[in-house]
Amino acid sequence: MTAPLLSVRDLSVQFTGARSASALSHLSFDVAPGEVLGLLGESGSGKSVTLRTLLRLHPVSRTRVTGRVTVDGQDVLALKGPALQAYRGGVVSMVFQEPGLAFDPVYTVGQQIAEFVRAHEALDAAAARRRALQLLDRVQIPQAERRLDAYPHELSGGMRQRAMIALALACKPKLLLADEPTTALDATVQIQILLLLRELQRETGMAVIFVTHDIGAAVEVADRLAVMYAGRIVEDRPVADLLAAPRHPYSAGLLASTVGTQHRGQPLVTIAGAPPDLAALPAGCAFAARCAAALDDCRAAVPPLERQAGGAWACWHPVRMPPGAAR
Amino acid sequence: MNLAGYAGLEAPSADIGGPAQPLLIVRDLRKHYAVRGGPLRGPFGGPKQQVKAVDGVGFDVAKGETLAIVGESGCGKSTTAKLIARLVDPDGGELVFDGLGVARFGGMALKDFRRNLQMVFQDSHASLNPRMPVGEAVAYGPRVHGLSANAARERAHALLARVGLAPELYAQRYPHELSGGQRQRVNIARALAFEPRLLILDEAVAALDKSVQAQVLNLLQELKAEHGLTYLFISHDLHVVHYIADRVLVMYLGQVVESGPVEALFSHARHPYTRALLSAVPSMDPARRTQQSPLTGDPPNPINPPSGCRFRDRCPMARQICELRVPVMRLTADGHGAACHFDPAFGEPAALDARPLA
Repeated sequence: MTAPLLSVRDLSVQFTGARSASALSHLSFDVAPGEVLGLLGESGSGKSVTLRTLLRLHPVSRTRVTGRVTVDGQDVLALKGPALQAYRGGVVSMVFQEPGLAFDPVYTVGQQIAEFVRAHEALDAAAARRRALQLLDRVQIPQAERRLDAYPHELSGGMRQRAMIALALACKPKLLLADEPTTALDATVQIQILLLLRELQRETGMAVIFVTHDIGAAVEVADRLAVMYAGRIVEDRPVADLLAAPRHPYSAGLLASTVGTQHRGQPLVTIAGAPPDLAALPAGCAFAARCAAALDDCRAAVPPLERQAGGAWACWHPVRMPPGAAR
Repeated sequence: MNLAGYAGLEAPSADIGGPAQPLLIVRDLRKHYAVRGGPLRGPFGGPKQQVKAVDGVGFDVAKGETLAIVGESGCGKSTTAKLIARLVDPDGGELVFDGLGVARFGGMALKDFRRNLQMVFQDSHASLNPRMPVGEAVAYGPRVHGLSANAARERAHALLARVGLAPELYAQRYPHELSGGQRQRVNIARALAFEPRLLILDEAVAALDKSVQAQVLNLLQELKAEHGLTYLFISHDLHVVHYIADRVLVMYLGQVVESGPVEALFSHARHPYTRALLSAVPSMDPARRTQQSPLTGDPPNPINPPSGCRFRDRCPMARQICELRVPVMRLTADGHGAACHFDPAFGEPAALDARPLA
């Protein structure tokens, strides 16, 4: 394998204050150049916190971050001042779930993209505007010239998300972070955005971390899936392998409880209970309380995420491989 | 558990029309909203515009069935629900509940209608009073309708227990002390406190995580069997609809474009919009990823819908006839119907009409 573009080692994030909560606990993963990683999990599992930590968006005064994050050789957690500015948007860029909130409502889309470009590159206003126009064309916004002078509220949801992607790609980042970019969109628009992201990723060769709670959307774009639970990665494998035979009981439960066409007429398989309180994580495996296969050792110590052939999973008693799936 | 025979609150109207009478008939329901002009448009500037949120929607809900309404945002599915619950007053159309006209002379009073019909909303937090313990929230309705405080509390506790929230642990909690799934269970218990016959579920599981969603869907199926309920299930999630619905109604820009039994509609969709919706569902198989988007663009603005067929400007099959004439819903014997000039069940329209769009 080539040297990873992004390498996260032992990353922990704690929010402190009146109540402190461990949002991320000892997270470790890599993303290779040009790879698309799907980060899958339910609310509170730490998906968005991971992305925000990679961009250093958490307020320093209320967040305790430990561990190491390197992108393209740079130590991200040590970046300061202009270097941090250049890194945000220049090397790593982000697409948010709600483009209506991510854009400034009082400037046109064109102004915002041009401003972003000029913050990173020495271009005059006219050249920056031309670049913005190219970008809107590239994300397949019809009548791009006219849309350049539109305010965000004048665009539809799908169009705004396209503009958001144009903005994120304006300075050719090496890593794109996409935080539930299609969750707020209608089904017929969602598939258009997923296809666009896939196409742009192939064209530019950038790496992408795609955060979602929707397995279907992740499967459309990701090469690899990492499943998160209570601030930890519990399984990290190529997407086809994970779908065919999940090894962690939580991934298995998540797949089984996702409603599909085959379930009609029978009760759905569910995962009993609810995720643990992040302010008081149990000593052992965070999933043990909901796990049917949990034994005493699961409650005693946290299972490590062990890398082995065919991926990684963090479980003392992984789900057995079905005999057919020889991987 | 039998909750029907509690004292003080008379049982809701028994089955009046017999099993063949649809529980709810909706006819030509309409709601148009006036749009305020832009900041520069004075009182005389330009014609008054209207959003035709719901424009001539009609359907029957049979007793004991689950009817799902699907469609994208702005298609009018939630407005339809609110019109039926009479949370919003319709501009036109009528409701017939079990053979009785609603809020008409000699028909059913609105108060009785609302006891027979309850609603569960998408946002579990916004639909509960933040200053009221959830046990009280469930007991509140029956008490207002004349049940004694003790009996209402007893009933609320029984319902909380039924939806999986032990009353001794949860009845005294406030909504913010519960998770999203637990709050939605409270909302379901509250809706059931009236012993309704029709439950409108407006995106009731959409905001829940997948594993919690499965729990709530199972609960809804159990409750339906226990209480003989009828569901009007509004959702944009086709997987969930396929799982829970008996019949499906597809809406586009305020109108019904296709309706039919769930299996027929999912396997032989007859309206091009339904087919597009179905093929926009991610495949769940990395080896067979979607290669082409079934539709381009966003759902159009409901202020100025296209003439003729409202779907025509996004439709890959649109011909001149689609611009000129509004398609009417044509039903086949199995109760499956589509409002499309090119409905495969009825063959092509006359060659003259099938000229391409100008």
